[in-house]
Amino acid sequence: MRIGFRQIGVIAAKEFWDRIRNRWVFAVAAVFTAFALAIAYFGAAQQGGIGFKGIDVTIASLVSLVIYLVPLIALILGFDAIVGERERGSLDLLLSMPMTRLELLLGKFAGLSAALAFSTLAGFGLVGLLLSYQLDLGGLYHYFEFTLSAILMGMAFLSIAILISVAAADRARAGGLAIAVWFFFVLVYDLVLLGMLVGSGGRIGSGIFPILLLLNPADVFRIFNIFGMAEVKTLYGLATVFPPTLAEPWLLGSVMVLWIGVPLAVATWRFK
Amino acid sequence: MASAAIIETRQTVKRFGEIRAVDGVDLAVEKGEIFGLIGHNGAGKSTLFKMMLGLLSPTSGEIRIDGRPPAGEAFRQIRRSIGYLPENVAFYDHLTGLETLRFFADLKGADRNACLPLLDKVGLCHAARRRVHGYSKGMRQRLGFAQAMLGNPKILFLDEPTTGLDPEGIRDFYRILDAMRTQGTTVILTSHILAEIQERVDRLAIMKMGRIDALGTMQSLRERADIPLRLQIDLRGGDADTVRRLLRQAGATEVNGGDGMISARCARQRKMEALRALASLPAVVDIQIREPTLEDVFLGYGQENAGGRMESAEKEGRL
Repeated sequence: MRIGFRQIGVIAAKEFWDRIRNRWVFAVAAVFTAFALAIAYFGAAQQGGIGFKGIDVTIASLVSLVIYLVPLIALILGFDAIVGERERGSLDLLLSMPMTRLELLLGKFAGLSAALAFSTLAGFGLVGLLLSYQLDLGGLYHYFEFTLSAILMGMAFLSIAILISVAAADRARAGGLAIAVWFFFVLVYDLVLLGMLVGSGGRIGSGIFPILLLLNPADVFRIFNIFGMAEVKTLYGLATVFPPTLAEPWLLGSVMVLWIGVPLAVATWRFK
Repeated sequence: MASAAIIETRQTVKRFGEIRAVDGVDLAVEKGEIFGLIGHNGAGKSTLFKMMLGLLSPTSGEIRIDGRPPAGEAFRQIRRSIGYLPENVAFYDHLTGLETLRFFADLKGADRNACLPLLDKVGLCHAARRRVHGYSKGMRQRLGFAQAMLGNPKILFLDEPTTGLDPEGIRDFYRILDAMRTQGTTVILTSHILAEIQERVDRLAIMKMGRIDALGTMQSLRERADIPLRLQIDLRGGDADTVRRLLRQAGATEVNGGDGMISARCARQRKMEALRALASLPAVVDIQIREPTLEDVFLGYGQENAGGRMESAEKEGRL
């Protein structure tokens, strides 16, 4: 059966405009702008100075902020996409339309992704514009790469959120599950890996460790942004545990795309 | 007859674990008729509906809509040619009535310009630009009905369409339904209130615990039912024994009561015989004849009081 792009578009447009109307997009954009500004100008205050200290340090600080914020925002954005319709009582009606379940899922995902991407671009874009007169082209490119990768990471967690919204029995459970997923990938995962590394005296370092890092979209995002920067790479100690061959942008990009595609595919399979 | 059927189910079964929600249903709804499906909550009406719409797939058996399986190759075409009003329909509170309708029109590929006239048709024109959040239950139901009529469907599936409607709303609803029937639309609707739809449907099926209990026109069901009557006789003076004896002679059963009041069950065919015999007694001052409704018979409420009725409905609901 051919995919109905019109139906996907209708669902996506509704999701996107819903987020514009309830000011979600503007609220998130404002939060990103505020944080990015604060980090860009006051990020070095601990080291005894204020003012812009260069793009690499700024991005490094932004990465550690965004890695908490974006997954949380994406999970909250998407966790009730399907279960919310089910609980409201509008799912049956939607499913009685000339639209497949796959199209409904893709429409939801596309619309929510657009809302997330729009607010991320607007928030960080505004700050990028303010920084642009202090940056060279390379710096701007870095900043752009950072914004793009933040969006991709957001989409990966959004994809997981959609899967949660399909699998969960009710909205409350979906919410709990979303918070648990955030907790696991953003807070627990790295700690466990670190514990393994230290506990084994570094023996598992070379082989399996980098692979384990790729199994977390948040870590993929971190590696993508930090590895390219000589100044901060050593600071994070990444060079010692992560081989440069695996840090190729195209490879990290592909892993992220997988992180977007696989949960959605599982969600489609579960949603019958 | 089977070839003229626009909705056809053959030995359709839907099982949820141990529960047989729909347990072997054979139905053929003909083109252009208004067909009623009556039953308790939990009798399997909604499940049957969802299978006809292709929202659920039957555990076994077959369903054809306009000659094709609802979830097969022609699914998009079929979906475009039907309208569905789910039970307890819910919409998006932040959208206006008109926006809601346009959203579904876009999904269905129906004409956007038909939305406002449709709202007018169901009497919601004044509220078209108000948010659904402020709509009453009746208004939401009217909006749901308008939604079902998007794109001039050939078949309307209406699940409990009149819940939440006031008497005027119910009248409006059936007036629109009649107009659609004259255009050739087939309508299948469910209700748990037989009295409300009995004069308004061409044929009806009574569903009980996942099965079709009875099927036909209202007239044929009435004839088939053979409902026993209940007589109540007021006596002033005279002897109750004679009355009791006469009643028994006329085949009455469950003759109860003594001085002043006697009640009895009586078969319809022997009603006049009993009445004639009683009429000759001067002590009989009044005779009340209680006819149980078809609802009592088919939905198994029997002679129970209202409280018992609720209980039995609940019990069946849980099953």
